[in-house]
Amino acid sequence: MNNIVISHTIQFIVLVLLQVAVLNHINFLGDINPYLYVIFICLFPINNNRIAFIFLSFLLGLSIDLFSDSGGVHAAASVTIAFIRPVILKFCFGSIYEHQTIKFKHVDFGAKVIYFIIIIFIHHLILFSLEIFNLSNILLALKKTLFSGIFTLLLCVITTVIFSRKK
Amino acid sequence: MQQIINFFLRNKTFLLYLFLLFLSLVFTIQSHSYHKSRFINSANFLTGGIYNSVNNVQSFFNLKSQNELLQEENNYLKSVLYNTSGEFKEGFIDSTRFSSNYKFTSARIIKNSYASTNNVLLLNKGRSDSIDQDFGVITSKGILGIIDETSNKYATVISILNTNIKISAQLKNTNHFGSLEWDTKNPNRVQLHEISKIAPLKKGDTIVTSGRSIIFPKGIPVGTIESFNLDSAENFYTIEVNLFNDMTNIEHVYIIENTDRKEINNLLNNE
Repeated sequence: MNNIVISHTIQFIVLVLLQVAVLNHINFLGDINPYLYVIFICLFPINNNRIAFIFLSFLLGLSIDLFSDSGGVHAAASVTIAFIRPVILKFCFGSIYEHQTIKFKHVDFGAKVIYFIIIIFIHHLILFSLEIFNLSNILLALKKTLFSGIFTLLLCVITTVIFSRKK
Repeated sequence: MQQIINFFLRNKTFLLYLFLLFLSLVFTIQSHSYHKSRFINSANFLTGGIYNSVNNVQSFFNLKSQNELLQEENNYLKSVLYNTSGEFKEGFIDSTRFSSNYKFTSARIIKNSYASTNNVLLLNKGRSDSIDQDFGVITSKGILGIIDETSNKYATVISILNTNIKISAQLKNTNHFGSLEWDTKNPNRVQLHEISKIAPLKKGDTIVTSGRSIIFPKGIPVGTIESFNLDSAENFYTIEVNLFNDMTNIEHVYIIENTDRKEINNLLNNE
């Protein structure tokens, strides 16, 4: 139990630092950045209590906001995907989720990618529409969602593959 | 009463979610209105310190190009200095001294940003260097932005690449002025609106600040005209301006303080 808390605290801090020090400055083709910290919300253990999970996601988003001077857009997006995660889990994994025995290391790779896609795109859509905050620029928000989403997805899949091999 | 408590207990995750969402929306809306004091900004002890140490590493990578920029500026200043005609005699009164009510402070950008729609930069100077809100920030090549939040050692700058600010600018040749905004599309191009229809425009003309606010003095270079066209009402020009600054590569900047700021503000507020 204690072990899990420590490892997640380290994960949290490493992801925030990685995001603000490296990934926010990639600016691929002008303005495309991956938001890898979403993986923390994706892979958070499921049987833990939801209140703590939602609060932690809010904290994660807020710390990214603090660094990137973006108000509360990351916090809003993170807390929303944390709240609707059970619905997405049920949609992607079906019966395994019902029995509460899901372990992200052992699930089918295809289902996991679909799960990532749904979470990442909802997160990015909220993020960019709040950041741009202008209905007349909705196309720009959609464009940014698509390109950044693909970048984030690639990075998330690579990260899970690398870290699952090790164990 | 029992039922109300039960309701809260049953829906506690949903209520927590609503509360946190509301909180983050408040922060978001605050960040979209210029001049509201913001709670969430990167000019604090923790984030400023982290960015400072990250920047200490990053600045090595563009040391060469930054040195070249500084050398270029030195070169220009030297040429101005040694080409002034006539010796300074004793008792000579330099009339330019009369209007020297602008104080300059040099600073370093420790966080640059240009990919978002509301870009905010971070400087390594703060209140302890007597930097305050609404000071202008320029580089050796041109205009950069306006100071927003300050802490003891750090300050955030609202870049001109931010949809929340407008800066007054004019043509260098004539005094036709308009307001400078950014349409979020290209980090090296901003738009100058409301230049009157009778202004003589040519591609490649220089745009400078107009000095109509107390933030920037008159004549700080902004960029050159890329293209221009009349707006839908056909009364004003909208001009595409190519910035002199390469916004993706800035490090050394100057903060401008108008020393008469307080006096002017007092005068304006008393009316």
